[in-house]
Amino acid sequence: MNVATNAPTRLRVRGLQVCLAGTNTDVVSEVDFDVALGEVLGLVGESGSGKTTVALSLLGYARRGLHITKGQVLLDGQEILGMPERELPALRGGRVAYVPQEPAAALNPVRRVGKQIDEILRVHEGRGSRGGHVAGRVHDVLSSVDLPTDRAFLRRFPHQLSGGQQQRIVIAMAFACQPGVIVFDEPTTGLDVTTQRRFLGLIADLCATSGVAAVYVSHDLAVVGQVAKTVAVMYAGRIVELGPTATVFETPRHPYTRLLMRAVPSLDKAEVMEGIEGQPPRPASRPVGCSFAPRCPGVGPECLSSPPVMVDLSASHRVRCVRVRSEAQRTSGRQVIPLVDSAQPGPAVLEVEGLRASFGTNEVLHGVSFRVPEDSCVAVVGESGSGKTTLARCIIGMHTNWAGNIRYAGEELSHGARQRDGDVLKKIQYVFQDPYTALNPRKTVGQLVAQPIDHFFGLARAEADARVVRVLEDVSLSADFLNRYPDQLSGGERQRAAIARALAAEPDLLVCDEVSSALDVSVQAMIIEMLRRLQAEHRLAMLFITHNLALVRGMAQSVVVLSQGRIVEEGPVEQVFEHPRDPYTIRLMSDAPRLSPAAATGSGQMPEFRADRATER
Amino acid sequence: MTSATQSGRPAASAAASPNQLRRHEWLTLLHRAAASRRGAIGLSLAGLVALVAVVGAIWTPCSPTAFLYAPLQKPSVQALLGGDYLGRDVLSRVLAGGWVLLVMAVAATVIGVSFGAFQGIEAAYLGGRTDTVIMRGMDVFLAFPAIVLALLIVGTVGPKLWLIVLAVGLGHVPQVARVMRAAALDIAERDYVKAVELQGVKPTRIITGEILPNLVSPLMVELGLRLTYSIVIIAGLSFLGFGQQPPAPSWGNMISENRIGLQTNPWAVIVPAALIALLAIGTNLFADAVARAAIGADRQVEQAFVRTEAAKAAQ
Repeated sequence: MNVATNAPTRLRVRGLQVCLAGTNTDVVSEVDFDVALGEVLGLVGESGSGKTTVALSLLGYARRGLHITKGQVLLDGQEILGMPERELPALRGGRVAYVPQEPAAALNPVRRVGKQIDEILRVHEGRGSRGGHVAGRVHDVLSSVDLPTDRAFLRRFPHQLSGGQQQRIVIAMAFACQPGVIVFDEPTTGLDVTTQRRFLGLIADLCATSGVAAVYVSHDLAVVGQVAKTVAVMYAGRIVELGPTATVFETPRHPYTRLLMRAVPSLDKAEVMEGIEGQPPRPASRPVGCSFAPRCPGVGPECLSSPPVMVDLSASHRVRCVRVRSEAQRTSGRQVIPLVDSAQPGPAVLEVEGLRASFGTNEVLHGVSFRVPEDSCVAVVGESGSGKTTLARCIIGMHTNWAGNIRYAGEELSHGARQRDGDVLKKIQYVFQDPYTALNPRKTVGQLVAQPIDHFFGLARAEADARVVRVLEDVSLSADFLNRYPDQLSGGERQRAAIARALAAEPDLLVCDEVSSALDVSVQAMIIEMLRRLQAEHRLAMLFITHNLALVRGMAQSVVVLSQGRIVEEGPVEQVFEHPRDPYTIRLMSDAPRLSPAAATGSGQMPEFRADRATER
Repeated sequence: MTSATQSGRPAASAAASPNQLRRHEWLTLLHRAAASRRGAIGLSLAGLVALVAVVGAIWTPCSPTAFLYAPLQKPSVQALLGGDYLGRDVLSRVLAGGWVLLVMAVAATVIGVSFGAFQGIEAAYLGGRTDTVIMRGMDVFLAFPAIVLALLIVGTVGPKLWLIVLAVGLGHVPQVARVMRAAALDIAERDYVKAVELQGVKPTRIITGEILPNLVSPLMVELGLRLTYSIVIIAGLSFLGFGQQPPAPSWGNMISENRIGLQTNPWAVIVPAALIALLAIGTNLFADAVARAAIGADRQVEQAFVRTEAAKAAQ
């Protein structure tokens, strides 16, 4: 049962079950895994799969409304669940540490970082400090994560540190008391790829050297691949596949894992991404048989009768699928998108020339120029803070503090949307990043989509209604959705509705700002494929803004790489991806996490890691 | 897909499904407020007083302005509440003296809240100079106590009923504007408002079509609260003689007229005073219940689904 390793087991989880409080509806059930000393287990799943619930129960904690009902969590053989309340504080932070998603939220903004590390050492003094030399320990702790240890640094407040440094402080605090287990809850969300890569290397290193058993929770397969030796894939509250990362990535055996892998965009090839139809069942409405059966392409009658049990494929590889032995392994690759001949770009729909945008007196875009030819998709790639969203908002007239020229079909655009005439407003449509805030919660999908139609076209009611239905069909939403409110939709459905609203205006140019970043991979794949189809069908020009390089590959014909408000590289997608010239682009490409098994070595340690101590200072 | 269809069904609890809650949020709020103990008591008190006023508007045992008894006659079988200081029937005057107060209070509230809400939302949405001009104007307004303002206006122009309604309504405007501005500030910055803005929709349409529907809860709370204040202020003005002029009966001026005979026939003072008090207490309790329901409402929208699921699981 133990994963192929000789190291002793540090953390053992058996039959863990977490239920909605007061009911016997399980949110998470039948969770078994072991983590050996010095190892990292990757816990992968989409939103709602129960991965965070599992992670928190390792600290003997259940979120409000949940209750740990069954199972064992053994730390070095000692049971954690059911531990008396007064022993828990010593456990948490002392023997089991937790690294949350948002480092900024985990650090107290009004206390100096030195004090905060000092505090955790003092609280757990019995275990942490050697002979009470806390000050010396703070020094050790900081240097273990390659942060400066001088007094000036210790006296800084969290806001005076970069995101990467903040996250490193949080890691330092987690490792400070030499815990047995560390739980990482998507700690790299919001970090740029380079910082993320260094950070993952640091985690793998620290775990290996300090003998900590780590559980790394993430929705991102590629990230887990970089840090974890073993990976557990969760679906609907159960582990559906558990095995060595390389094995699982190379030969995934559960249908869900296979589909999930196919939904991950590739940096190396322009491929059609395939999403997974449907949605995971909610805790109370899971089917009798396999939870994945309703979405599974290879479903058989035996899948529907009883819940599947874990099948051991080898000593270390286990899969929760009854058909795992009977089903043929389908290994066909994804369909490759043929290269569009981009030699002759059409006339420009949108031209941006020397765009300088500022917030107050602080300039964030320093002279950006590019053009979007008709019928083609231009991707703007950049990390957080590169100014890509500001760029989009200047173009649509939401950000008005800019200088330079933006021309639409040869015509100069005014700064704000209010000053632009109706035709331009209709022709350029914008899709917001977050579908959870972009739809008015008091309006039905029908009303939301009808709104631009009524505003721009002033059709008769019947004709307008017919058009609403047609636009919804375009984004694969049936007429059933007309009377639903946004909070009755899943994230993917919301984003479809938001795209439908933009399409309803019959635009020539669609500006998509990180439209898939708030969505799960399997949903993202479907949204991106839909956008690609819509772009071709409606002959749209598209400005596709993203931080995720891999999405660009199949989507766009040309790409603009934005860094700190400047374009560092631009060109046809193939050229930029195959032969990047700018060092920034090269770094972006090499640091982006990949799904390729080669990356799954678990120790992404690299020489430049040491160097960044100087640069970040 | 299953999840969404299930949530469309009515929830197991007294509250409506998210769909109904959104479509008739104000109704749902009233319903839930009335279902709470506080709200039920408030509603029955206010309803009782309103019933007295409405009945009196249609029917009184005798003419409220006829001199029938000796001044300040004690209650008897013929005159249940006795006579007032001029010998008119107190019961008839009590019955007839309420509806004008009710109508005036409601009108003043509606005027004050709608104008105040619009000003507040406009200030929040347009921001910048407009915000400053509107809100600083409100601050100046706010410096005068509502009753003083009303007295000032009515005192200069004369005790006209429409003027009293306007004066009292105007007195509500600054407070309502402040509350609604605070609530609207958050909504005005949401992406869904921006999305409509980007289509070039006029600000007034955005305020009424996008922002206002998201402010139903605070609006309802304000309506309830301001109604209580309107009642008290208008009754107070009436007591001071700035209301319906004699010989027309009103609860406020009855208290004032019959003060002199408090020891001879106290009912001529106690009954109208008690009715005003009950009305104010009742509306206040109900407004409070609405506010409590509104706090729950936002959470409710999000949790309605969870509750349906939990209820089903529990079965």
